Amino acid sequence: MPNPTSSSRRKFLVRATVGVGLLVGTAYCAPIRRKIAERIDGSVQSYDGNTEDPLLWFEITTANRVIFRCPKMEMGQGIFTGLAQIAAEELAVDVTQIDVIPAATDSGPIDKFGTGGSSTTASLWGPLRDLAATMRVMLINEAARQAGVAASTLSAADGVISGGGLSVTYGEVVARAGNWEVPDVPPLKPAKDYRFVGKPVARVDLREKVIGAPIFGMDVSLPGMLYGAIVRPDGLASTFKGADTSAAEGMPGVVRIVTEKDFVGVIATSYVEAENAKRKIVATWKNDRSWDTFDVEAAIRVGKGKAIEIQKEGKAKRMLKDDAPGLITAEYFSPIGAHAQLEPSGAVADVRADGATIHISTQVVDHTRREVAERLGMKEDAIVIQPTYLGGGFGRRLHTPNAMQAAVLSRAVGQPVKCFFTRKEEFQNDTFRPPTHNVLKATLTPDGRIAALSHDISSGDVMYGSPLLPGVLKTLIGADLGAWRGGMIHYHGIPNYRAVSWRVRLPFATSWWRGLGLLANTFAVESFMDELAGHAGKDPVGFRLDHLTDSKEDVRMAKVIAACAERAGYRNDAVDGRAMGFACSTDTGTPCAHVAEVSLQDGRIRVEKVTCVLDPGLVINPDQVRAQCEGSIIMGMSAVLYERMQVKNSSLRPVIYGAYEMALIKDAPREIDVLLLENDDAPGAVGEPPMGPIGAAIANAVYRLTGERIRRMPLEV
Amino acid sequence: MPTTFTINNRPVTVDIDPDSPLLWVVRDTLDLKGTKFGCGKAACGACTLHVDGMAVRSCAFPLKYAEGKTITTIEGLAEGDNLHPVQQAWTEMVVPQCGYCQPGFMMATAALLNKIPNPTDDDIDANIVNVCRCATYYRMRKAIHRAAEISGG
Repeated sequence: MPNPTSSSRRKFLVRATVGVGLLVGTAYCAPIRRKIAERIDGSVQSYDGNTEDPLLWFEITTANRVIFRCPKMEMGQGIFTGLAQIAAEELAVDVTQIDVIPAATDSGPIDKFGTGGSSTTASLWGPLRDLAATMRVMLINEAARQAGVAASTLSAADGVISGGGLSVTYGEVVARAGNWEVPDVPPLKPAKDYRFVGKPVARVDLREKVIGAPIFGMDVSLPGMLYGAIVRPDGLASTFKGADTSAAEGMPGVVRIVTEKDFVGVIATSYVEAENAKRKIVATWKNDRSWDTFDVEAAIRVGKGKAIEIQKEGKAKRMLKDDAPGLITAEYFSPIGAHAQLEPSGAVADVRADGATIHISTQVVDHTRREVAERLGMKEDAIVIQPTYLGGGFGRRLHTPNAMQAAVLSRAVGQPVKCFFTRKEEFQNDTFRPPTHNVLKATLTPDGRIAALSHDISSGDVMYGSPLLPGVLKTLIGADLGAWRGGMIHYHGIPNYRAVSWRVRLPFATSWWRGLGLLANTFAVESFMDELAGHAGKDPVGFRLDHLTDSKEDVRMAKVIAACAERAGYRNDAVDGRAMGFACSTDTGTPCAHVAEVSLQDGRIRVEKVTCVLDPGLVINPDQVRAQCEGSIIMGMSAVLYERMQVKNSSLRPVIYGAYEMALIKDAPREIDVLLLENDDAPGAVGEPPMGPIGAAIANAVYRLTGERIRRMPLEV
Repeated sequence: MPTTFTINNRPVTVDIDPDSPLLWVVRDTLDLKGTKFGCGKAACGACTLHVDGMAVRSCAFPLKYAEGKTITTIEGLAEGDNLHPVQQAWTEMVVPQCGYCQPGFMMATAALLNKIPNPTDDDIDANIVNVCRCATYYRMRKAIHRAAEISGG
């Protein structure tokens, strides 16, 4: 695969060869088919960008390879591979003929939303097949025109068009192409004919990632490039007031010091010189008051913020008053969580008088471009965002002020500038997973069913904490749907239930983290379901099944629950110092269940094995869906067992790995058994749903092992 | 004062502040970008490379200590087109997700196999202490055992 940072590749081979404008109407886009697909998995964020111009997406080279300019970014999910598999089916090429590259804003499709929400595969399943099929027919038609035969006599396979004695590669057709005839979208391949979809194709980026190729934003190097460093505050809620830069002025390698209204930075000839000079700058910050962890925990409690009812069925509110007979109530807590992605935030900016190019690991290409254009006072068209592979995303790169800062530094010196966060700055200036407080209440019927259930979710901002408010989400504004994700009651057989989202504004940035509220909210709901099963004297698996209906959604969930319990051999009693815990959730339409098996070692919880059943609908690449399950489970386990940011004297800490404890290889379960069900004919969400049940699965297992119910993350025995 | 060492079988001399971390010399002066910056405090292992065959976290390793040493980075792990057994195992098991931390893990694993050709799970737990946020640990453990097998350990 070519180096995505190489600008020489940014040319339109097809267009340059053809030199003829392409007239493509919207009629062939098959909006109806797509809408049906969207309805099938209605809760996934749809793709918002070009779906009409195959030549924007695909470039056929004379060497008969396909360059696929992808508007969604690869941050580990394996989407470049899965999307190549999908495209290969309709392009009629072998998947190994496709080179997927991140689309730059001047030469490829631009996604107005971004990469996240486990939406990539589901949202491109329709548009990508239409585009690829259209591209194939255009090539066949053009080959027919060149040969003077009827297109109906030709067919394509492995990038070769043949029929009636003719055999010509796509590359050869493109090299001789004249006018393109633009067809309607042809019928798509039936599922029984898939060659790549559903197969464990090796990741297309595997070799680059195994040889250490320079594919990340931080690896970008441009001629004449300098190094920038921005002074960032130790304290939260700090407003920049000014800086004394005199001690930094004469430091070795310093080229320029730039003081803006909102930040100060230094530019030097090397990374080390820039960092050394930065430490000599004395910035002044305005802080309103002092904060400690205690203050944050007090602020986040249910009842403190602004409440919005997000779910209501029956009379749960009236039935669950404080004096209700038999009222069962429990409260759960989760701490501030850091992204801690390995590649720090940063960018390489090259600002010229007439425009700028930004090389960056970003999840929001379009937003990054807008932010840079606004700050530089340039038109968006003058800004080129050249995205790279991401060294981890997890929501961290849905915020990219670092691009704008690098651009300001580059403009000041008229040279390219590379500017990245240090690890301490990353930990202190993260857009954190907000802390949460969850209160659950329920009453049971005499025969041990749930009569009423309510869930109050108090959280710092998630979606509201983001400058990015996608159009589709705007219509749903009223509550922070990121904060309450995973908090709705999905047991539709309960006659009375209710969920309330409490919004609390915290004095530091909180926003998207993998799964958003899913991890903490499901930890609360599914721990409480286990507690209720105990109160009712019921088996926790059967208890869950008892509260599902015969709706399509609930039946799908029930299948996942039953399959997981069976595969794990779920049992309630501890055996040989090990016990099992069950939990499940459904997220963006994808149901998932886990059985966690735990033991205690040296007074610490050890997760020995996790059995995971996931039903994401049609599976494009089973190996990579499994990889997402494994990663979600261990990352979730890490957050549930170890991770916690604290606030002390208005400073967020710890500021380094290790002190911010995370799972290492020694902590990972030795066994992860993943079973995939596919109760849908279109692909759904994968990257985040498996994170939902892990917290409660572990806590429920610990309860069975020790008799102790832990309701606070990180779980400590 | 110039510092002279061998990197990936190539002798080099650099004239940079001898207290500079080796990481930045490797990345920015020698333009070998496979060795990653993760934390700058030797806490995550993304910058792991070999100095005389030993795994070293180069972000906290001053250039002056590289004098006269033999250094190998991820770019020098393979022999020509033949991937190192660790890289082969990583490929077979499809370990990388985002991939950023993986060179550090592969270098740490290659050094472990030099020391312990057939590591037990306990050996792995004690020696492989890098950080992977995608949490690819489950496949990594399999890949480490597989690499030992390929190496004939």
